[in-house]
Amino acid sequence: MIWVNAIVEGLLLGGLYALFACGLSLLFGVVGVINLAHGDLAVLGAYVAVAILPSTNTNALWALLFLPVIFAAFGYVSQRTVLQRSLDSGPLTTLLVTFGLSVVIQNALLEGFSADSHSLSVGSLTTSALHVNSTISISYLRLGILVVAIVVLAVVQLFLARTSTGRQIRAVADDGEAAAISGVNTRHVTGIAASIAFATVAVAGLAYGMYSQFTPTSGSSLLLFAFEAVIIGGLGSLWGTLAGGCVIGLAQTIGAQIDPTLGILMGHLVFLAILVVRPNGLIPARANA
Amino acid sequence: MTDASPVLVAAGLTVRHGQLTALHEVSIDVTPGEVLAVVGANGAGKSTLLRTLAGLHKPAAGTVTLDGEDITALHTDKRVGKGVVLVPEGRRLFPSMTVEENLQVGTTNRRAGDWDIDRVFELFPWMRDRRRQKTDHLSGGEQQVIAIGRALVANPRVLLLDEISLGLAPVIVQRIYETLPAMLSDGMAVLIVEQDVAQALRVASRFQCLLEGTATLAGKPTDYTSEQVEAAYFGFGSAAAS
Repeated sequence: MIWVNAIVEGLLLGGLYALFACGLSLLFGVVGVINLAHGDLAVLGAYVAVAILPSTNTNALWALLFLPVIFAAFGYVSQRTVLQRSLDSGPLTTLLVTFGLSVVIQNALLEGFSADSHSLSVGSLTTSALHVNSTISISYLRLGILVVAIVVLAVVQLFLARTSTGRQIRAVADDGEAAAISGVNTRHVTGIAASIAFATVAVAGLAYGMYSQFTPTSGSSLLLFAFEAVIIGGLGSLWGTLAGGCVIGLAQTIGAQIDPTLGILMGHLVFLAILVVRPNGLIPARANA
Repeated sequence: MTDASPVLVAAGLTVRHGQLTALHEVSIDVTPGEVLAVVGANGAGKSTLLRTLAGLHKPAAGTVTLDGEDITALHTDKRVGKGVVLVPEGRRLFPSMTVEENLQVGTTNRRAGDWDIDRVFELFPWMRDRRRQKTDHLSGGEQQVIAIGRALVANPRVLLLDEISLGLAPVIVQRIYETLPAMLSDGMAVLIVEQDVAQALRVASRFQCLLEGTATLAGKPTDYTSEQVEAAYFGFGSAAAS
């Protein structure tokens, strides 16, 4: 039963990782930016919620109403200014620029909020759980995060598949130059893709802040898990990203069940093993995104 | 042909790729309804010329005007909206998309006009039957026709065709060129770049020869013997000077 519990926990954790990885996957797949500041942006989102919410006791779910919108605007502006310019001068520049952004965000947060850990309050949701039986209980918050992750992935997927803008985003992801000669305003479209990516990272940051405590430097390890989820799932495949997130989550919780110190390491080892066996990921290419 | 005023004019275009000067002060113009073939050997700058007209290369000098309006600084997608549309070398379809989606992307910034997806389907009924298929399952010839269709649905005033015979069997090339007149609606100007000079000259009303980035021989295909065109193509002095 302990193992079942670990598996359930792992799947729930996978939802959080998938939520993180969604924006990373989108930004890389469409815009071509490997965003090293992705994890820090999520943490920034959590801190923005801390700063804007009237008190530390306010239910942080309210932040879901405005934070993604703020981040979407932030994403669009970043893409049209900093990111596009760095892209124009080569792939290495985008790595340096996003790495720089990561350092700036971390230090700005240290300056503004100190190195103390913060957390977001979700009222009674923090402690309430669904008790399946005496050993297995499912936290409503974690279950909610998994559901949100699935909803976010489904909405992004539908948007890409069904709308005209989504089609243009896919066209740019396939071949930016061909999209331009087909009349697609690639600068605007990549801006929209970046705004979606940033909106999802805001949701991920809020989910993380509700899930655990965070400090200004929490972003780096999040980035690593998100990367692993994206690569395990297969680049550009959103459902693969969910699968990848769950694989990492499962490896971590099952590893931790074997030995509490093994959790994180097990996640990385499974990632390496999958990379050796299936270098293109579980669901290769953009089969459905 | 000469009585109509040109729709697209390129004047003194110089384009550099790094150190290399791909085009050196090339000037061309096309009038509505004419097919202008740009011929020349590999590396003569034919593709660069078309890509510059489409806005994919920024010229170091020179201007591109459409109906007297300077479009040199316009981005590619804005030029599509004004009716300058390129069918690129190598087709460049969107591999993750279906046939229909490829055509739909072509309508993103379309000009008002006669062409739409239905009309493309009417011209090529097989395309309607296979519209839900991914394009990478189709043959090279079919992909090429879709690439042309993707450009047509934008209702081009100037259609730029870059090496549409590339990598295709001669029979297929022949068939594409046979349907070309049906695809060119009234008043559309066409610029064709083609490795196969004979093929290009058969459909062209005028031609322009490029040699190492500079314009050499130009005129109507009937005005010159094929030897003269060949000489200009390879740069044998005598004909180029005439």
